[in-house]
Amino acid sequence: MSLGPEDPQAGAEHGDQHLGIEAYLTSDSVEEEFLPDGGVAQVAVDLAEIDPTLADPEAVAQIVAPERRIRTEVGAALLEMDAVTMRFGGLVALDAVSFEIKRGEILGLIGPNGAGKTTCFNAMTGVYRPTSGQVIFDGRPIGAIKRNQITRLGIARTFQNIRLFSDMTALENVVVGTDARHRTSVPGAVLRLPRHRSEEHDALDRAMALLEFVGIGRRATQKARNLPYGDQRRLEIARALATEPKLLCLDEPAAGFNPTEKADLMDLIRKIRDDGYTVLLIEHDMRLVMGVTDRVVVLEFGRKIAEGLPAEVSADPAVIAAYLGAPDDATA
Amino acid sequence: MTTTQVTAPTPTAPPAPHLGVGDRMRLWWASLPRPAQWGFGVPFIALLAALPILRPPVLTTEGTDFGGVLAQWGMYALLAIGLNVVVGQAGLLDLGYVGFYAIGAYTVALLTSPDSPWNQTDTWLSHHWAWVFALPIAVLITSISGLILGIPTLRLRGDYLAIVTLGFGEIVRLLADNLGTITGGGRGLSQIAFPLFGQSESRPNGVFSAGNTKVPFNFGAWWYWVSLALIIIVLLIVGNLERSRVGRAWVSVREDEDAAEIMGVPTFKFKLWAFLIGASIGGLSGVLYAGQVQFVSPPTFNVINSMLFLCAVIVGGQGNKLGVIAGAFIIVYLPNFFLGRDNLFGIPIDGNKIADYKYLFFGLALMTLMIFRPQGLFPARQKLLAYSRPVYVAARHAALAAAGLLKHSNGVPASDETAGGAR
Repeated sequence: MSLGPEDPQAGAEHGDQHLGIEAYLTSDSVEEEFLPDGGVAQVAVDLAEIDPTLADPEAVAQIVAPERRIRTEVGAALLEMDAVTMRFGGLVALDAVSFEIKRGEILGLIGPNGAGKTTCFNAMTGVYRPTSGQVIFDGRPIGAIKRNQITRLGIARTFQNIRLFSDMTALENVVVGTDARHRTSVPGAVLRLPRHRSEEHDALDRAMALLEFVGIGRRATQKARNLPYGDQRRLEIARALATEPKLLCLDEPAAGFNPTEKADLMDLIRKIRDDGYTVLLIEHDMRLVMGVTDRVVVLEFGRKIAEGLPAEVSADPAVIAAYLGAPDDATA
Repeated sequence: MTTTQVTAPTPTAPPAPHLGVGDRMRLWWASLPRPAQWGFGVPFIALLAALPILRPPVLTTEGTDFGGVLAQWGMYALLAIGLNVVVGQAGLLDLGYVGFYAIGAYTVALLTSPDSPWNQTDTWLSHHWAWVFALPIAVLITSISGLILGIPTLRLRGDYLAIVTLGFGEIVRLLADNLGTITGGGRGLSQIAFPLFGQSESRPNGVFSAGNTKVPFNFGAWWYWVSLALIIIVLLIVGNLERSRVGRAWVSVREDEDAAEIMGVPTFKFKLWAFLIGASIGGLSGVLYAGQVQFVSPPTFNVINSMLFLCAVIVGGQGNKLGVIAGAFIIVYLPNFFLGRDNLFGIPIDGNKIADYKYLFFGLALMTLMIFRPQGLFPARQKLLAYSRPVYVAARHAALAAAGLLKHSNGVPASDETAGGAR
C-alpha cells in the first residue's frame, strides 16, 4: 500500500479502511474476520499491487469475454423452449411454453407470482426434466444429463436466494466457477502436473478479472459471507460467468436492491451483454426489465401470453390485464 | 507483535483491533517468507522427532512407555488427517471410520499372521519385508472398500449417511468377530509381521520388534518415527489436494451441495474421491497398528473408537489438517498422562481412575467446546488456491495498514515483497 495524504484517491481508500475497522470491531465473530493467510478480512485489497492490468477495464473485459466456441450465429436462437410442459401431479406449472433466446440478446422473462418463471428456469438448467416438449440449447437437445454437465454445456445461473459458498473467500468462490472448465482430478493435483499448474494460474487471473469486472475486485480475499448484500449478488454473477457460459441466467438479481443499486446492476447486465454474453433475466421489477432487456416474454399461469419488444409488451392489453395493472402504471 | 516489520500505531491510526494469540501467531507466520518458514518448520519437526529421546520431565508418561504413547499418537494423527478429509473438508459425516482402520489392520494380519489361512509370508511375501510389502496392498484394499461403501451410500446426505456409515463400521467388526475360520474370531490374529530392521545381538528381531524395550530407542520410538514420516507424506498429498480443484470441490460440497452441482462441480465423483482418500489413510494407520502391536482382534475396532477419532477431528478443528493432529495428541496423550500418576504437581490424584473415566471427560470437554468454541481449538484456515500468495500478501498489507501496524510511508515490508514477487 502506498498511501499518501496528498493523493485524494488514497484518502478515500483510507476512509474506507476506517469503516472496515469499525465494522470489524463491532463484529461478534472476530475469529471469522481473519483471512486464511492472516490478514483482516474486512479490509479491501489494493489491486495494483497484485496485477497492474486489473486497473484497465478494457483488459479486464478482454479476459472476461466468453472463450467458448458457440455454434449458434449471433442473432440466431441459442436456446429454444419447444412446447415445454411441466406437470407436478395435477398441477400444470408450464403448459406448452415455446420461446427462444437469441444469441447476444438480453431476454426478460416476467410474469406475476406463480406464473412459472422459476419452473421455466429450472427446466432450462436441468433441475427439472420437462414432462413433455424439449429444450434445445446451441443446436442440441438437453435431455437426461446431469446438472453439472449442463453447466459445462454452457448454461450458468445465479440464485434468487443467494447461494454462495459462504466460508470461501470471494476469489475462491469464483475459482470454483472456473473449475467447471478444468480437468485436473486427484492424480494431477497430488503430483502437481503441468496441466494443474497452468489451470491454477489461469483460474486465478481470470477470477481476479471477473471480480474486477463485476466491481468487487477489492474484496477478493474477504469471505463471501462477510460481503455486503449487493456485493454478494455481484459475486454470484461473477461465479456464474466464471463457468464460461454461453447463456447466463439471472434469477431476480435485483431482489432487495435500492434504486441506485438497481441502476448499477442494469449497467452491469448491459456490460455483460456487450462483452459477448447472452443473458436471460427473470425479474419482478418492471423498470429494470423495461430498461435493460431487448425482448420480453410474459408468462401467466404457466402459459406464454405475450412476447416482443419491451415497449410492445408493456402496451399489450393482455399483459396489462394480467400483470401490470392499470395502464398509467404500465411503465412504472 | 514479535516481528520487527511492524511498527507502533501512528497517532492518527484507528485503534488496533484486538488480536488473539493464535491470530498474532498466524499473522507473524504468514508474513515470513518461504525459506524462513522452512527454517522454523524443519527444526520443529526435528524437535517432535526427538521427543522419545529427550523424554522431557513433566511431559513423559509414567504409567506407560512414552515412546509407545507417541507411536499411538502417530497412528491417531493419521486417522484424524484421513477422517478430516471426509468430515472436515467434504463435510460427509462418517461414523464408521474405524471400519477402514480395521480393514487395513486385518489385511496385513491376514497376509502375514501364521494363524491366518491366507498367510503369504512363506510364498511371495518376503519374510523380512512382509510388512513393508503388505502395506501398499492393504492401502489399496482399504481404498477399494471406501469405494464399495461410497458408491451406494454417497447419494445419501447428512444424518442418513452418518447412520449408514455407522452400520458399515459395525459390519466390519462383526465380520471379523464371526468369520472365525479366517479371522480367528474373538481370538484374533497374532504374530503379525513387522519390518525386521536393525537386527543385532541385543535386539535379535530388530528395532521394530515388541521385544525391543531398551529406552530410549525402544520399538515405540521407532514406530513413532515411521508414522511421523508417513504423516509428512500424507500431509503433502492432502495439502496439494486442498489447494486444487479437488479441495475446492470438497469445500463447495460441504457449503452447498446443490449450488456446487449447478456450478459444474461433479459432486458425486469428488465425494467418492474424498471417501477413497480418507479410507486409504485410515487403512494406512491400521497397517501401522497391526505392525506395532503384532496382534489384531475385533474389540480394538469398536464403534466407540470411531467416536474417538471424530472427537480428535472436532477438538482439533474440522478442516484444519494440522489442528486435527493436535486434536489426536490430546485424545491419545491425556489419558496416558494420568495413567499411573499419583500426584500432579504435589496434588495427590488417582491417575488410573481419571484415565478410566476418559470417555466421561472427553464427553464433557466436547460439550464445553461445542458451547464456547464450536469451530474447535484450531479452526480451519484453509487455503484453496495454489498460487494466491500475491493476492493474500496484498490483503495482509491492507490489513496491517488498517490496523495501524504498518506505517503507510514505510510501504511494503521487504520480506513480503520478495515472497509476493515469487509467483
